[in-house]
Amino acid sequence: MSETVADVSALIIQTLLANPKVPRDISGSSKIVEDLAFDSLAVMNFVMEIEDSLDVSVPLDRLADIRTIDDLANCIVSLKQGD
Amino acid sequence: MSIFTKYEPLARSLAAVTHGGGRNPFSVVIDRPLSSTLGMIEGRETLLFGTNNYLGLSQSEAAIEAAIDTLRTHGVGTTGSRIANGTQSLHRQLEARIATFFRRRHCMVFSTGYQANLGMISALAGKDDYLLLDADSHASIYDGSRLSQAQVIRFRHNDPEDLHKRLRRLDGTPGAKLIVVEGIYSMMGDVVPMAEFAAVKRESGAWLLADEAHSVGVMGEHGRGVAEASGVEADVDFVVGTFSKSLGTVGGYCVSDQDGLDLIRLCSRPYMFTASLPPDVIAATMAALGELERRPELRHRLMDNARRLHAGLNAIGLRTGPQASPIVSVVLDEVDQAVRFWNRLLDLGVYVNLSLPPATPDQHPLLRTSVMATHTAGQIDHAIEIFATVAREMGVGR
Repeated sequence: MSETVADVSALIIQTLLANPKVPRDISGSSKIVEDLAFDSLAVMNFVMEIEDSLDVSVPLDRLADIRTIDDLANCIVSLKQGD
Repeated sequence: MSIFTKYEPLARSLAAVTHGGGRNPFSVVIDRPLSSTLGMIEGRETLLFGTNNYLGLSQSEAAIEAAIDTLRTHGVGTTGSRIANGTQSLHRQLEARIATFFRRRHCMVFSTGYQANLGMISALAGKDDYLLLDADSHASIYDGSRLSQAQVIRFRHNDPEDLHKRLRRLDGTPGAKLIVVEGIYSMMGDVVPMAEFAAVKRESGAWLLADEAHSVGVMGEHGRGVAEASGVEADVDFVVGTFSKSLGTVGGYCVSDQDGLDLIRLCSRPYMFTASLPPDVIAATMAALGELERRPELRHRLMDNARRLHAGLNAIGLRTGPQASPIVSVVLDEVDQAVRFWNRLLDLGVYVNLSLPPATPDQHPLLRTSVMATHTAGQIDHAIEIFATVAREMGVGR
């Protein structure tokens, strides 16, 4: 349970950059839908990959409030802390 | 700024599909059906290979006669909700009939299959519960999960081990866990490994709901779906289904042995706040169910036809799903290519469904093709020849 928001954010960016269609200049403040041009299904599939890397489940209703990569990292850290 | 501004990307996508004079694939008009397998489209006799009319029962003489008789005695509609003025004895008869067919204690009938999923999932899973959905679930299941206030977790498609992992993460959390799977998935026609999911369900103490919309009348010795074919009906707590596929009419239902089902009638908004099924639809549905029960040969012919179409499309080098089921989807790489392929098929007299991402798995466009028990071998072979002609023109396949 030692991941920080910065750690998780870095892991998300690393996972995203493995997809050649993702812009190279993304950062924690990049917006997942607007800046990455992901549709709703692509977002859910990408979150599933992150869930497996970090052994956590992100309920779909939480995704509604997530705009940026850092938002997602914050959400995952709070889920891992048992929120 | 217009209220439609947010749909500009959608308008651009639609324009890309129709540019160069192609048809709008979402606005195809069947002028009229000539039989279960033939329809008039653009003034031409067209082979129908894109319906969900698996047993051909939309044109059942027995169902038509039953509907006409009932129209004369009952009129054309109920004008009311099931919980107010919209329950006639026919609705109760239909529920009893469906429950008996499934050998279950209880049945609730909804006005559409979409509402059956929406109404069951939203009412069963409350605020403190968890819904575990297959990633490739139908829109009605996702929409039901949004209408519920439950926490929603997706697992990888048809992957019981992945579900198991996600249930393990919920160990010790309060709240009921409801797993939702489908019998046959509507895009690729792949069949759920129901026995494996039932084993995960038993081990975890979760509940299991199976949407057998595409598999009732199609699979199982008596046509009760994949749960019957897999010998695990006792593990499936709730079966949801539709009348608008193998039974050829419209409406949806849920069957269960759980006595609590009756309470759902008083808390399922898609059940309560809509008009009930009209009497003629009920009569036609019961007649069609009678045919489904009396004529198991329809199911055998359907599966023979599914194997013929699946093998034929593979033989000409087209890529399909691995299993022969009544839904055989040809997988293409590019949307533009799929749109041109689909338009040419229709020019040459074969109607199939064009399915585009994100409604499809893996972002691939599909030519979603489905067979019926009533297709002749000659009609299937002719459709395969037309697929081969278009594939050659476009340099796809072999």
